[in-house]
Amino acid sequence: MTIDLILFLLLALVAIAAALGMLLSRNAVYSALYLVLNFVTVAVFYLLLGAPFIAMAQVTVYAGAIMVLFLFVIMLLGADELPKAQVLPWQKPLAVVLAVLLAAEATFLLVTKARPAGDILQPDVSANTMDNLRQLGMSLFTDYLLPFEVVSILLLVAMVGAIVLTKKEKAERKK
Amino acid sequence: MIPINYYIILSAILFTIGVTGVLVRRNALIIFMSIELMLNAANLAIVAFSSVLESFSGQIFVFFVIAVAAAEVAVGLALIVEIFKSKRSIDVDQMSSLKG
Repeated sequence: MTIDLILFLLLALVAIAAALGMLLSRNAVYSALYLVLNFVTVAVFYLLLGAPFIAMAQVTVYAGAIMVLFLFVIMLLGADELPKAQVLPWQKPLAVVLAVLLAAEATFLLVTKARPAGDILQPDVSANTMDNLRQLGMSLFTDYLLPFEVVSILLLVAMVGAIVLTKKEKAERKK
Repeated sequence: MIPINYYIILSAILFTIGVTGVLVRRNALIIFMSIELMLNAANLAIVAFSSVLESFSGQIFVFFVIAVAAAEVAVGLALIVEIFKSKRSIDVDQMSSLKG
């Protein structure tokens, strides 16, 4: 068992435990913090896979911006815990059974059918250098320039949408 | 040396936990977080494949997915705040005004 494999298994354990913690926590604030832990672990996976830019984007955008927004809304609404309510009793076991089925199916299909030619990948320290960033930037601003611009428009539309949604109507404000 | 299959299995497990979260939980915020977890699991698979194929396209695609997720969170949380304002609750079981 190599050190890489031990590192991978430990990180995978942390990632899955954090995801389960997110799923099972009664308090929404704890869920959000578990999700931050999960995102940071996935960022470390990206470093292992030789994608340093994505790892940093993951930490700043996901673990930073998005989760701060989540925590802000949870605390703003004061809705961190829901009261127990009557739910369909068979729903939870059925959901778990179906989810396990989905996991088995997805794993089987992806492992047997969608396997790329190179089976083994080597986490390589030399991949995490400025060269990676430079190549990524070149590719982003030449081959993928149009999608890049479309994403900027999408972000603008989302911003306008969020403002319009939370803004009060003029007539309502006068009353 | 780590087989790519390990990454795929991890990604499938994380995705399934996200699906279970959407199915089981009733708090709209936690359902939303589960959706983020699913996006994240898909990203992990994409980066793993891109690393095996030694291609940058996968990483660029993940970058776009992160941007779309950020936009989605902004709009989605605005919607949740609006729903909370009118219903005083974010329990998805109570969002049944359209039910006949």
